[in-house]
Amino acid sequence: MLKKRIIPVLLLQEGRMVKGKNFKDYVDTGNPISQVKIYTAQYTDELMFIDIQASLNSRKTLLNIISSSAKESHMPFSVGGGIKSLTDIREILAAGADKVLINTSAFENRDFIKQAVKKFGSQAIILGIDYKYDDTINQNRVWTHSATKQTIAEPFELSQIYEDLNVGEIMLNSIDRDGMMKGYDIDLAKKVSKTIKIPVILCGGGGNFDHLVDVFNKTEVAATACGSLFHFGDNSPMRARSHLKNQGILMRSIR
Amino acid sequence: MIGIIDYGLGNLSSVLNAFKRITTEVEVFSDPKKTKIYSKLVLPGVGSFKSGMDLLKNKNWVPEIKSYVTTGKPLLGICLGMQLLFSKGEEDGVSEGLDLISGNVTKMKVDKNLKLPHVGWNNLIIKKKHPLFENIKEGIDFYFVHSYICIPHEKEDIQAEVFYGDNFVSCVAKKNVFGAQFHPEKSMPSGMILLKNFIEWKFEC
Repeated sequence: MLKKRIIPVLLLQEGRMVKGKNFKDYVDTGNPISQVKIYTAQYTDELMFIDIQASLNSRKTLLNIISSSAKESHMPFSVGGGIKSLTDIREILAAGADKVLINTSAFENRDFIKQAVKKFGSQAIILGIDYKYDDTINQNRVWTHSATKQTIAEPFELSQIYEDLNVGEIMLNSIDRDGMMKGYDIDLAKKVSKTIKIPVILCGGGGNFDHLVDVFNKTEVAATACGSLFHFGDNSPMRARSHLKNQGILMRSIR
Repeated sequence: MIGIIDYGLGNLSSVLNAFKRITTEVEVFSDPKKTKIYSKLVLPGVGSFKSGMDLLKNKNWVPEIKSYVTTGKPLLGICLGMQLLFSKGEEDGVSEGLDLISGNVTKMKVDKNLKLPHVGWNNLIIKKKHPLFENIKEGIDFYFVHSYICIPHEKEDIQAEVFYGDNFVSCVAKKNVFGAQFHPEKSMPSGMILLKNFIEWKFEC
C-alpha cells in the first residue's frame, strides 16, 4: 500500500533557514545543512526547499545548498523559488534535486510548464498554488509573487487547469494559515484531492501531529508539508510518523 | 569497478552519491566503448521510455550493453533503467527497448480514486528469493515515482510486486540482469542494503 508522506519545508533566505507568518515576518531558524543532517538521521520521507529571496545571487547559494544536501541526504527532495526557465530547472535538477516547485511562472506561462513536463517528465514538476480568503467576496483567491500579488483566479479551478498540464503533483498553500499552527484548510484540500487525479501536497497551518491526522483522515491528500511544526518545539518527523501510525494512518516502515 | 551509465538523461549524482557511501569502486562514464571494462553496470534514468531509448541508440550504447550482458556480469536497471531492459515501451508512442527481458512497458491502469503518478513510499511484495533481497525485510517501504509499469511475458522473471489498487511488478530479474522500479538510492536505509547486495552479487550461470 502507498503510504502518506510528511514533508518538512525549509525556507531559505541568504543561505539561512527562516520561518514566517502569513508569508511575512521571517525569523532565522538555523543552518539548512545541519538541519538536513538531522532530517536524514530521522529518515524523513522527503524534503522541500523554497528560496524565498529568489534573486540571482540567492540562486547560486541555493545551488550550493542543494548539492551539499544531495551528498548528505539520499532522500527525495524538491526545490522551489523564482524558477522561470528550463535552464533554471536543469540547473536545480543537476545539483541533485528530484523535483521542482513552480508557482508564479506556472500561473503566468502555461507553455513553459508544458515544455518543462516534456523535457524533464511529469514526475519532476510540482505546481504550487498559494491562496488567501477574500472576505469582500467570500471566496478564496490565488496570490502570486510570494503572496504579494492578488489574482482573480480561484484555487479549486486553478488546480484543475494545472492537472491538465500533466504535471506530477500539486501543492496547495494557505497564506492565511501559514505559520499560524492552527490546523490545515481541510475544506479546500478535501474538494481538490477528491477531484483531481494527481497527488496533492497540503501546506499551511500544521501545528501539531493531530492536525496531520485530521488531513489524512478527512481528505485524499497524499502528503502534508510542514514548516513551523518541526522548527518550533521538539517535534520531529520520526515522532510524527509514530504518532500517525498509532492513529491508524499508513506510514512508511523504515527497516 | 562499478560503472554508472551516463547516456544523457537526468541526474546521476544521487545514484553515484549513494554508491559512494558503500564503496570507492564506482564511477559515472559516458563512453559506450568503456562498458566492457566494468565488473558491474548500473543503468539509471528518469524521463520517458522513448527519450531514453533514443539516447541509448544514438550514442551506440545498445550493442555495448547487450554484449556486456552476454559475459554474465551483473546489470542493475533503476526506474526508467529497469523499463528500458524490456522489449517494448508504449510511452510517447511505441518504441523498441533493449529486449534483455521479454515484455512490455505500459501505462499503469489504476482505480478512479487512485492518483497517478504512483509517487511515495510503498512496500515490496517479494515473490522469489534473490541475492539482492538479502537482509531486506518484507514490508519495508521504498520510494517510487512512475506512471508506467513493466509487464514481463514470463512470470518467472518477476521477483517482487507492489500493491497500488492492484499488484504491479516492482522487481524483475533474468540471470545476471536485475531491474527495480523504485529508487534504492533515495530509500535509506533499506535501499542501501539492496545496493550493497548488488555490489556483492556474484552471478553464476
